[in-house]
Amino acid sequence: MSEVLLECAGLDKRFGGVLALAEVGFSINRGEIYGLIGPNGAGKTTLFNALTGIYPSDAGGFRFAGEALSGLRPDEIAARGIARTFQNIRLFANLSALDNVMIGRHVRTRAGVFGAVLRTRATLAEEAAIEKRALELLGYVGIAARANDVARQLPYGDQRLLEIARALATEPKLLALDEPAAGMNATETLELKKLLQRVRADGTTILLIEHDMKLVMGLCDRVLVLDYGRSIAEGPAREVQRDPRVIEAYLGGAVAGAPLA
Amino acid sequence: MRGANIFANPQAKWLGVALIAIALIGLPFALASVGTAWVRIANLAILFVFLSLGLNIVVGFAGLLDLGYIAFYAVGAYVYALLASPHFNLHLPFWVILPIGALVACLFGVLLGAPTLKLRGDYLAIVTLGFGEIVRIFLNNLSQPVNITNGPQGISRIDPFRFGAFSFSQTESVLGLVFSGPIKYYYLLLLLLLLVIVVNLRLQHSRIGRAWEAVREDEIAARAMGINTTRIKLLAFAMGASFGGVAGGMFAAIQGFISPESFVLVESVMVLSMVVLGGMGNIWGVVLGAVLLSFVPELLRYTVEPLQKALFGRSIIEPEVIRMLLFGLALVLMMLYRPAGLLPSAVRKRELAKPEGGAA
Repeated sequence: MSEVLLECAGLDKRFGGVLALAEVGFSINRGEIYGLIGPNGAGKTTLFNALTGIYPSDAGGFRFAGEALSGLRPDEIAARGIARTFQNIRLFANLSALDNVMIGRHVRTRAGVFGAVLRTRATLAEEAAIEKRALELLGYVGIAARANDVARQLPYGDQRLLEIARALATEPKLLALDEPAAGMNATETLELKKLLQRVRADGTTILLIEHDMKLVMGLCDRVLVLDYGRSIAEGPAREVQRDPRVIEAYLGGAVAGAPLA
Repeated sequence: MRGANIFANPQAKWLGVALIAIALIGLPFALASVGTAWVRIANLAILFVFLSLGLNIVVGFAGLLDLGYIAFYAVGAYVYALLASPHFNLHLPFWVILPIGALVACLFGVLLGAPTLKLRGDYLAIVTLGFGEIVRIFLNNLSQPVNITNGPQGISRIDPFRFGAFSFSQTESVLGLVFSGPIKYYYLLLLLLLLVIVVNLRLQHSRIGRAWEAVREDEIAARAMGINTTRIKLLAFAMGASFGGVAGGMFAAIQGFISPESFVLVESVMVLSMVVLGGMGNIWGVVLGAVLLSFVPELLRYTVEPLQKALFGRSIIEPEVIRMLLFGLALVLMMLYRPAGLLPSAVRKRELAKPEGGAA
């Protein structure tokens, strides 16, 4: 349980004069569900973007499965086993749900132009495997019936699930979810919780940004709290919850002593 | 919906395919009976279908707006002309030159693609437009100090396609049927076109085709899913360009003469219009668009003048002007009533039906 999968040390990210992330450091163990919380604008999504190669970091960096990730492109990071979802859903909106997940298989498959044009036996077998796996994943997240629907026309909750299925299609070691429960109702959130527990049980580590504290506390083994780009607390969810600095960051300090959620 | 049901029946589908095949095989003789000029027009139309399918990879599949596509056609044409004409006194066989032309055009495609990878939409359009013009101006001026392209005079007496003693430019009679040069080229072009359509269809429904779609839909999400967007966009430019190169080589051989004047901006716009009119991203739509825009202007050329003469006793408006007027009107009507093209791709239709504006 204690083997480190992702290690982040001294991470800085600057936007002009704003220090969006300041010396952020943490480590995620293999098989963990690790929560990332903090008030709006604390730098959670910035941390995700730095981790997945969308922004280069200004100082510090990540080690993932024993390899430094700094300076790699997003596609290289995906190939190394980090897949993510987006806070503001970024599906391939006009394609079918199935196509979305099939595109997620890109990084684990090989067929090139010649294979595609000549329809070699290897390419055909690969195509069949891609489709089969994509359908399995749609079933896994519970939207198999929606396979041929256009992504844009899916209900909001299903779009979030589709993003998870697409991310899982890249066979990640670490699944990074940016507010997956946003816009979901209570039933959907409960289903999501079960799904994430299943994902973890099947061997994928999860990094979770979430504002739904009940979900975070019920799901996460450990939690990192960011405020103004700094990590102000880290540890098991129950302990962090009672940390006065965390309560201050969330409630403005006036109501010290009241536990969160 | 009824049309879809007819095609759902496999027998009817094969019957349709057979009828189209017979029509295409018989077409050049029907045209030749009207005049050989019409066979040449059909050949040019096939070349434009070729070009449109190439451009469709860049614009339709990968969503990269290219306004200088004709440059690749020019490159292919000049490669053929330089390697098979008295200009350098080189006379390589066409099956050697066409692949070279495709390769050189492909190289130019990468040359254009590499510096423009970060550009999208309007900005990409401007750079590609400039690229097309640069190529044409180079062709116009590369006659000094060393005469490479022969400048504005162009290159003439370009070799026709030859297989040993069999030349595509000579007329032959087989079983009482007269096969003129253009008719022989027609069948060769048709065969190559069939190949290009198959290649396009297969590419579209492949891992690569899906990656192009992903890049077009959302580049950031595509990258996060592990698609190397740099490579996949360059691949689109390179593939599109090499189709253009092959078409250019055939153009040079069929015409026997080329000059920079054949590769002006209007030609790029024309090919793009064919793609847009037919239906970006849908191969059959693109074919239809190219055929329509190749034939209708020629039909007008042959009908408008006699019609005016019959009605008014003289020609009031020149055919060229009417052509452009009708062309403009057609585009406006299309944008109003069928913005995704005559035969739109399902995905494009959804994109354009998007009620909330969305990012361009």
